[in-house]
Amino acid sequence: MELLTDEQIRELGEHAHDIRVTIIEMLVAAGSGHTAGPLGMADIFAALYFRILKHDPKNPDWAERDRLILSNGHIVPVRYAAMAHAGYFPVEECLTLRKFKSRLQGHPERDMLPGMETTSGPLGSGVSQASGYAYAARMDGKDFRVFCATSDGEHEEGNTWEGIMFAGKYRLSNLTVIMDRNNIQIDGNTEDIMPLEPLRDKYEAFNWHVIEVDGHNIPQFIAACDEARAIREKPTMILAHTIPGKGIREIEGDYRWHGTPPGKGPTDKIPADKQAEAFLEELRTK
Amino acid sequence: MLNPDAKLAENIFDKPAMASTREGFGKGAVEAGTADERVVVLTADLAESTQAHHFQKAFPLRFIQCGVAEQNMATVAAGMALYGKIPFITSYAAFNPGRNWEQIRTTIGINNVPVIVCGMHAGVSVGPDGATHQALEDMALMRSIPHFTVISACDSEEGRKATVAAAKLGKPVYMRWGRDKTPIMTTPDTPFEIGKANVVWKPFDDAQGKSVTPQVAIFATGHLLYQSLVAARQLEGEGVAVSVTNVHTIKPLDTETILREARAAGAVVTVEEHQIMGGFGSAIAELLAQECPLPIEFIGMHDQFGQSGEPKELIEHYGMGSSHIVEAVKKVIVRK
Repeated sequence: MELLTDEQIRELGEHAHDIRVTIIEMLVAAGSGHTAGPLGMADIFAALYFRILKHDPKNPDWAERDRLILSNGHIVPVRYAAMAHAGYFPVEECLTLRKFKSRLQGHPERDMLPGMETTSGPLGSGVSQASGYAYAARMDGKDFRVFCATSDGEHEEGNTWEGIMFAGKYRLSNLTVIMDRNNIQIDGNTEDIMPLEPLRDKYEAFNWHVIEVDGHNIPQFIAACDEARAIREKPTMILAHTIPGKGIREIEGDYRWHGTPPGKGPTDKIPADKQAEAFLEELRTK
Repeated sequence: MLNPDAKLAENIFDKPAMASTREGFGKGAVEAGTADERVVVLTADLAESTQAHHFQKAFPLRFIQCGVAEQNMATVAAGMALYGKIPFITSYAAFNPGRNWEQIRTTIGINNVPVIVCGMHAGVSVGPDGATHQALEDMALMRSIPHFTVISACDSEEGRKATVAAAKLGKPVYMRWGRDKTPIMTTPDTPFEIGKANVVWKPFDDAQGKSVTPQVAIFATGHLLYQSLVAARQLEGEGVAVSVTNVHTIKPLDTETILREARAAGAVVTVEEHQIMGGFGSAIAELLAQECPLPIEFIGMHDQFGQSGEPKELIEHYGMGSSHIVEAVKKVIVRK
């Protein structure tokens, strides 16, 4: 991979910004859905869809494309927004999120939207699916890569660790898992609900290569993806430290915004009925 | 009399050849793998018990050992199917689909990808292993998932054919298998088509030398088809005319054949080695309640778990033997 220019870094930041605005707009239109996770993953999804993934929005079934399995399906607004901005479908369609007959289901369905790769929502099954995909692709000598976006909370699911064990055993070096380490889940902070650390040590003990990054530092994340490509003997996990709700100061880091849309969550300074407007205003003035 | 169109094996009442239905899977998987190199077989530390070891030997590079992790096996298979492989996933039915049902529902069912879920050691006829390993709920679990076809073969030969056919289907399939050796009734010439039930016994009056109308239609799935045939023969001797239909595909049901046989008889007995609730008998009852309500008696497990024992004594103890089928037929006739 060639080095990023300052101009490219700036453009990726703009894409992340546009994705955040769309996330808020679509959640407001839906009146339900998850806010914190999608905002926290906007930089990573901008990097994936505008730099890292080998893909073609006009030909989503292209056989040689890189595959992105979204394991924690509840953050799908960030994926819908990134796909729309990348040209998979009109950005306006994002406003149909969670509505009757929409292709943009509350949790993603593969059959409904080209480019979605798999159905998800029930937690903990993504790493195994991505591992199966990577295993099958390697059997046939394919050289595309398989990415899997996961949450930290779903590392409380046994299925996740079964998949980690499987990928470690079979040295699936064509697989990159990205963990959104935002430290929150619905009921509270992860380390209160069910302590997950030391995550790096755990993955390394399961024979993975681990790279820790600031999930809001796009060049750092891209460098980690490049490094993963160069690791030939193990699968790689990018432990991306992110801030849930990133971009809207009042809600950043607050677990109570995990599964709440604008207009329905707790804010000290903004009345609930003004949240949508205030959040968009804050994003747009950045 | 045995329906000549079913081309069943000779002497099945005297000295039937015996094999477990799972042995049919072992053979069928190798055949399916030979016919299509997209076929892969996964197991969760039960290669030999599931008979997957035959495929492992034939195609070592297409056999994937997942360890004792059925949820992982189901989701790895989903990923492989999303890529374009045709995976069979094998373990005991108590765990596959017992333990990994949600993974099957979401990543195979909703995704609608051609993974063939194979649940071995179904029913009390697992024997000495006891209740934990005797899956009696698997058909109920699997027939309620949209997109799934559900197959329960009557013997190893039918199981072999079903395995080959399932690999070609291009849809999610659940296949149920038994551990114990049971009579091989069908032959390579017996017709088999997924979704098509086969009438294997038709009432025949020797004195008149012609077919007669059945008083009861027996629908059976799995190896208890044999007990149904034994019952039919005994009933014939007592002057009671029944038909016996092998319903290997419990979803989608062959509604045409089932309704034809049920209407002709006017009373029904269903036979399965499974809980009465939600299984094969329920599927038949749903159809008949809608199309032609008739008295039905259900042979199967009546809301209880099994226990250790020999397969034969367990089948008898829990009321799924030929004598129980005979009783059920007489009981349902009274209700007509």
